[in-house]
Amino acid sequence: MTEPILEVEHLVKQFTVKKSEGFRSIKRSVHAVSDVSFSITGGETLGLVGESGSGKTTVGRCVLRLLEPTAGTVRFKGTDIAKVSAKEMRGLRKQFQIVFQDPYSSLDPRMTVGASIAEPLTIQGIGGDHDKKVADLLELVGLAPDHAQRFPHEFSGGQRQRIGIARALALDPSFIVLDEPVSALDVSIQAGVVNLLADLQEQLGLSYLFIAHDLSVVRHVSDNIAVMYLGKLVEYGPAEDVYTKPAHPYTQALLSAVPEPDPAIERTRQRILLEGDVPSPINPPSGCRFRTRCPIAKEICAIDPPELKDRGQGHPVACHFPQTTMVSISDRTAV
Amino acid sequence: MAEPLLSLRDFRVSFPTMRGDVQAVRGIDLDVRPGELLAVVGESGSGKSVTFLGTMGLLPKNTKISGSAKLLGQELVGASALKVRRSCGKDVAMIFQDPLSALNPVQRIVTQITEMLQSHQNISKTAAHDRTVELLDLVGIPQPDERALQYPHEFSGGMRQRVMIAMAIANDPKVLIADEPTTALDVTVQAQILELIQKIQRELEAAVVLITHDLGVVARVADRVQVMYAGRVVERGELTAVYDHPSHPYTRGLMDSLPGSSRERLKPIPGAPPNMLNPPSGCAFRARCSYATEACAAEIPSLHQFGDLENACIRAEELVQELTR
Repeated sequence: MTEPILEVEHLVKQFTVKKSEGFRSIKRSVHAVSDVSFSITGGETLGLVGESGSGKTTVGRCVLRLLEPTAGTVRFKGTDIAKVSAKEMRGLRKQFQIVFQDPYSSLDPRMTVGASIAEPLTIQGIGGDHDKKVADLLELVGLAPDHAQRFPHEFSGGQRQRIGIARALALDPSFIVLDEPVSALDVSIQAGVVNLLADLQEQLGLSYLFIAHDLSVVRHVSDNIAVMYLGKLVEYGPAEDVYTKPAHPYTQALLSAVPEPDPAIERTRQRILLEGDVPSPINPPSGCRFRTRCPIAKEICAIDPPELKDRGQGHPVACHFPQTTMVSISDRTAV
Repeated sequence: MAEPLLSLRDFRVSFPTMRGDVQAVRGIDLDVRPGELLAVVGESGSGKSVTFLGTMGLLPKNTKISGSAKLLGQELVGASALKVRRSCGKDVAMIFQDPLSALNPVQRIVTQITEMLQSHQNISKTAAHDRTVELLDLVGIPQPDERALQYPHEFSGGMRQRVMIAMAIANDPKVLIADEPTTALDVTVQAQILELIQKIQRELEAAVVLITHDLGVVARVADRVQVMYAGRVVERGELTAVYDHPSHPYTRGLMDSLPGSSRERLKPIPGAPPNMLNPPSGCAFRARCSYATEACAAEIPSLHQFGDLENACIRAEELVQELTR
């Protein structure tokens, strides 16, 4: 097995918010990420899934140190990036990049595409023929070299996302955080970008942290999957295992809620319909954070927060009562 | 067959711009039948939302609308604004994608639903208040009497969408148009809202038009599916027929581009949708279609009966033979 490229241990991120109560203002913390650990090996994709407010984007930002973690370690190729100086950090940044969700707001509308892609090179003080490099990058992501002279508004959503990917690749990184990279795209376009990401991974040996809420896309691209709920990992394991043998009631509910584009499956399968909404991360429930919506919660769940460990499921699950039987989640292969 | 509730004939919508007219909807015939759940699918810019916004008179004043749109036999195209307003909200109501921007942030929920009730019914304020609480209860909002007095920002995304639905069904509409009602929601909340829409449909015996781009959502709830591309209907039929044996290359392409459970390469549809300022001659999909021939450029293919589907591809017959071979 290859060395892990990224190791995250006990990552915690809290944000302080002020709330006014009468004339006083009270500081409270939002527990966005609480004790999250995972690792990514070279050339592998980890899919991080969860609903809005689960803290998945915060994890993505913390591992790149775009946000300072409150506690925990993030080791990139053995270096703890939470501890290095700002100057060293700048050097390290060449090796990891991010692609954002919205291809409309992540490109400067007044810069040519070429200038946007070359900007990381300028910032890092890398000399040489930038035009040539930009042309190569554009070709790599399936665009034409002469597109470098154009502006973002001249491109469609799918093309812009390709430009964002080209920019992320400019410094030859080995690890990329993909934060909902295809969520804003139509399905017919999305498929092309997903293929591109797979090709680049194979050609360049990249590792991805793929953050998304679309579980069918995540299943398609990921080697491993981590499921987050309210700042904590609830289940973590090989993609096929998590999809075919989900053991945490939340993972089961999440998977059963995903609509499958097959009427026969949709009409017959049984769904776990969760009640209510995700509780506030300002004041998360005691014990297991999912217990307020969990169909099988018992007394112990309110007292003892379940550890993320393998309880004989073959992969780690954070539940006192991991499920062995599962709701019918059929494969979509029969089309 | 029962009279259609909403009936469109050669319905067209175009937006005048500096560079010419953007032809968003280019001739649609559609009958919405009582009690059915019709899903309208297509990519962004295919005209799926504009069709229904145009029918309800919710587009800017300078929009050019032609053809015919009959709601319960009454013509809406060219009708006076007052007449359209009387029908909209009463006989037909709409649910939007983003409930936060569709609700008034500075008014209590009860005020907004009361306004909806009083503008279409002769009802006292107390009766309207009671009815509001009843509606909120119906859409599954806990403690409806307290929640009615709150403002939109005090509700979560899913709860806001429930408020929108309560408002839409306040006057017992015959047709409920839901424009991407769950796109902004998480999957577990989406599942709740879809169940609610189905429950409302059963209880009110209303027809629902669900506009969406999610083929999974369609498979879960729809009775009938209409696939749109570049302002035209390219395929239409019963849910199982469309999913089982799609006959238009675009529908096929959409289905094929979805990720499956294996890690095989996905099959995107090449190219991008056409610019609707100058739509291409003939079939608008031909530039992206791997089965296109010269004949496809000649004229816009019309929607015709093809087996148990309606299809707008001149090569449908040949393609089916080619693909089953």
